[in-house]
Amino acid sequence: MSTVTQLSYEEAVAAFEPVIGLETHVELGTNTKMFCGCPTAFGAEPNTQVCPVCLGLPGALPVANRAAIEATIRIGLALNCSIAPWGRFARKNYFYPDMPKNFQISQYDEPLCVDGYLDVEIDGETVRIGIERVHLEEDTGKTLHVGGATGRIHGATESLVDYNRAGIPLVEIVTKPVPGTGARAPEIARAYVTELRDVIRTLDVSDVRMEQGSMRCDVNTSLNRPGAEWGTRTETKNVNSLRSVERAVRSEIIRQAGVLTDGGKIIQETRHFHEETGDTRSGRSKETATDYRYFPEPDLVPLAPAAEWIAELKAALPELPRVRRARLQSEWGFTDLDMQSVVNAGAVELISATVEAGATAASARKWWLGELARRANETETELDALGVTPAAVAELQGLVDAGKINDKLARVVLEGVIAGEGTPTEVVAARGLEVVSDEGALTKAVDDAIAANPDVAAKVRDGKVAAAGALVGAVMKATGGKADAKTVRELIIARLS
Amino acid sequence: MSDLTKLSAAELGRRLDAKEVSAVEVATAHLERIDAVEDRIHAFLHIDREGALEAARATDERRATGAALGPLDGVPIAVKDVIATRGVPTTAGSKILENWRPPYDATITTRLREAGLVMVGKTNMDEFAMGSSTEYSAYGPTYNPWDTARIPGGSGGGSAAAVAAYEAPLAIGTDTGGSIRQPAAVTGTVGAKPTYGGTSRYGLIAFSSSLDTPGPCARTVEDAALLHAVMGGHDPRDSTSIPQPVPDVVAAARLGATGDLSGVRLGLVKEFAGEGAEPGVVAAYRESVDALVKLGAEIVEVSCPSFKFALPAYYLIAPSECSSNLARFDGVRYGLRAGDDGKHSLEEVMSITRDAGFGPEVKRRIILGTYALSAGYYDAYYGQAQKVRTLITRDFQAAFEVADVLLAPTTPFVAFELGARTSDPYQMYLADLYTIPSNLYGGPAISVPSGLSEGLPVGLQIMAPTMADDRMYRVAAALESALPPLTPPSL
Amino acid sequence: MATISRDEVAHLARLARLAVTDEELDTFAGQLDVILQAVAQVGEVAAVDVPPTSHSVPLTNVYRDDVVVPGLTRADALAGAPDAEENRFRVPRILDEEA
Repeated sequence: MSTVTQLSYEEAVAAFEPVIGLETHVELGTNTKMFCGCPTAFGAEPNTQVCPVCLGLPGALPVANRAAIEATIRIGLALNCSIAPWGRFARKNYFYPDMPKNFQISQYDEPLCVDGYLDVEIDGETVRIGIERVHLEEDTGKTLHVGGATGRIHGATESLVDYNRAGIPLVEIVTKPVPGTGARAPEIARAYVTELRDVIRTLDVSDVRMEQGSMRCDVNTSLNRPGAEWGTRTETKNVNSLRSVERAVRSEIIRQAGVLTDGGKIIQETRHFHEETGDTRSGRSKETATDYRYFPEPDLVPLAPAAEWIAELKAALPELPRVRRARLQSEWGFTDLDMQSVVNAGAVELISATVEAGATAASARKWWLGELARRANETETELDALGVTPAAVAELQGLVDAGKINDKLARVVLEGVIAGEGTPTEVVAARGLEVVSDEGALTKAVDDAIAANPDVAAKVRDGKVAAAGALVGAVMKATGGKADAKTVRELIIARLS
Repeated sequence: MSDLTKLSAAELGRRLDAKEVSAVEVATAHLERIDAVEDRIHAFLHIDREGALEAARATDERRATGAALGPLDGVPIAVKDVIATRGVPTTAGSKILENWRPPYDATITTRLREAGLVMVGKTNMDEFAMGSSTEYSAYGPTYNPWDTARIPGGSGGGSAAAVAAYEAPLAIGTDTGGSIRQPAAVTGTVGAKPTYGGTSRYGLIAFSSSLDTPGPCARTVEDAALLHAVMGGHDPRDSTSIPQPVPDVVAAARLGATGDLSGVRLGLVKEFAGEGAEPGVVAAYRESVDALVKLGAEIVEVSCPSFKFALPAYYLIAPSECSSNLARFDGVRYGLRAGDDGKHSLEEVMSITRDAGFGPEVKRRIILGTYALSAGYYDAYYGQAQKVRTLITRDFQAAFEVADVLLAPTTPFVAFELGARTSDPYQMYLADLYTIPSNLYGGPAISVPSGLSEGLPVGLQIMAPTMADDRMYRVAAALESALPPLTPPSL
Repeated sequence: MATISRDEVAHLARLARLAVTDEELDTFAGQLDVILQAVAQVGEVAAVDVPPTSHSVPLTNVYRDDVVVPGLTRADALAGAPDAEENRFRVPRILDEEA
């Protein structure tokens, strides 16, 4: 094998222009599946949420879930799409064991929503991402690969199928190709998925949890020389976090640039993103293009959403994230820069919820963008997956404000909360972290410190207030860091003046 | 007691209601008849003796409490093996579903149970309802009670033969291209294909979803209507089910039985007046038309030029849908699995299973349908067939402007001998030449006995507009009243 | 008009997951050719302006409410399975590309 030129990202985007596209699947949070009355709860025992319809038993027939149609239309409206006045479901035929009927009911050439856009903000600039289509389909079951080294399909000796997920309504949101992003392509891809997630969360139609698979992303990437036609695109699957979206685009740009620089060709193929290494690897190339033999699903009648219904749904849309962000920014009194950093960190809703739980906006921002962001970064998790709730953050800040703990202790408390030891109050109690605020005990410690350091005490008495620091240090040492430094300082000065 | 099997369902219902006979006696008589003739007819794939007697006892207990019961409570029925019956084997005539016991009931099964019908067993059929002779059953053919060297029609040959051989007064069939009507014609019985969407498909193992229509098989028009009324009506589990009540088919049948058809306009389909049909079939058709005219009906000739494309369109649409519907039989969730010896991959096991589980006709149609739906051929085949479907519908609509119902022979030929057409699939397909247009259009059609040709039964087909099922029952009952009854030779 | 080759039939059989034998291939190729020539008549219909009919009932917007209804017990769900393990449907190793 010839060695492949390894370019840096900067070299890659200097030589080539990327075009990206995103296909996002969102599992709707309806009570029941798309075509049957089975529940959709995540994590149930295998094959306990199934019926003749979603198991594909001979004779069973689908009936569409009104709530799923409604949720899809609302997503389409929120993404500025036109809603089709008439459309049919189609069957996409291919064999796979996680698909009970060996066809998937989908909307092939008659999607419910078409031609919209989503505005995404990057460094204070608005980028408009075109939406090609939003359509509804059914999810597949889950396959457990047994016998292989990593639980992956490769090397497995057998597979076990659970159909609980089969038939859960799945909305697919496909962007138009996005050219002209240059070096910011990975960032924009991430910002788009983040914004889309926030929109869908605002609509309350899905819990959009990438780590549970209720939101899944495929990223299309191609490169071309400036001024040339768009290149051949690859489709990267298995992109399961916001961070991965960014990394996947970045690594695919670097890889393709390397191949093209060497005079090679990009093969149109499906690639898989590998979380551990951060690179993409080829799935089997599709030597024979799959022929899905689409045709109108004869078991379902056409959809024809009434114009009045669509108008009603449109009127009832909630405040969408961009509008909401502008309002919150002004309510919180954040500068553009402050707000941008909050948005970039994906912390708008976390801060909003923290404020609602009683904290000030500034303190909420301090925690989420400071200590918590640092921890998230360290552990490579999303902020909202750290295990710390907005309510806990508000409670923590409340403890600080009440003087029960100091900032340094608060960080320790947070550690306890993340470790699952309970609420901040519980952690303080369990770990005995409460600051010594008992006047008697503090006064004694202050007196001891003065007695032990007569020279320093004399300096303070002479008006050299700055010297009090040494006494404060001694008191803090004596109380094991559990005293409030400010209070201690005041006590010392009061004593010595 | 054995003459109980010769009574109509309506008459059995009356005697049961008058407590002249018990449901257990009726069930027992039919089970005995089955025991006596099954070796020569093979109408059944499964006989549910225990279930039948239990259901019959339940009827008798209900009746003893003085509860008001429906007209068919306690009447035996045979059900085509393509309808899911909870806990009772349901194979669709295929090896791939050998020993499969559905964990649920079809809507029709539920309705039959609720109406108190006593299911005696599941009837033989061409595999997955693909065929016109019941020779494509994986479990051996059914024999025509009129001549056991001949086919009983198909795909519902078992249901028609069971009724003709007095093994049950009623049976359920399913009609995709003629599978109720053509067997009725060649066994001298009555078979109705209701309006598509007028009877539920939930629990009917799909062959061609946009065409499949369950319906009644019986020996009299009134019996067919009674069963139609019980099995039909809106079902929220079937998205294509029409949310309207079944027209009053029973009243229409009784009106027709008075023998008066004054003012009724009968449209004779010019294109189906005998082209390609045996002379005896054409003669019987003409005699039946004459008989109807004598009852006061008016005759108009109608032209349906697109009907000649019905058979080609059907043999694209039905195989296309079946290629998709039958994809689920892959040996993963239920049914046969073959080749799982540790050496073969899942892909291979699926392919081996499907090759071992499906018979040749099913494979032919799956391959044909896979072809017709392929990206490069869709427009020329499936797409064009759907347009033909529109044209056929327009032909029907135009014809119903001038005629209340349309008439044609049910099938071009009487029952042929076993093996006569199996080597040439397209010759077999011609059996459905006259029945297919109604399936493509969706309107109801019924086959009633129309005399004999060379000692074998011929059927007259009466086609009506969608949701006007009552009209065809009226005309069918009138013809029945005008012709001498057909009785098969005793077995 | 339409002719279908043995190779084409073999390809279709693979698409349809049918492990047909060579003998079956020969038979089917001949029979399908006859059938296809007959059904190809639909191409003779000039139907440029004719809309296709996919459903013969004039219904639209048939929906169910988003309400849970009891399904199958796990025992019933797995009862027909040719092979099951850990309450899941067991299948032999999958060669196909990751979907």
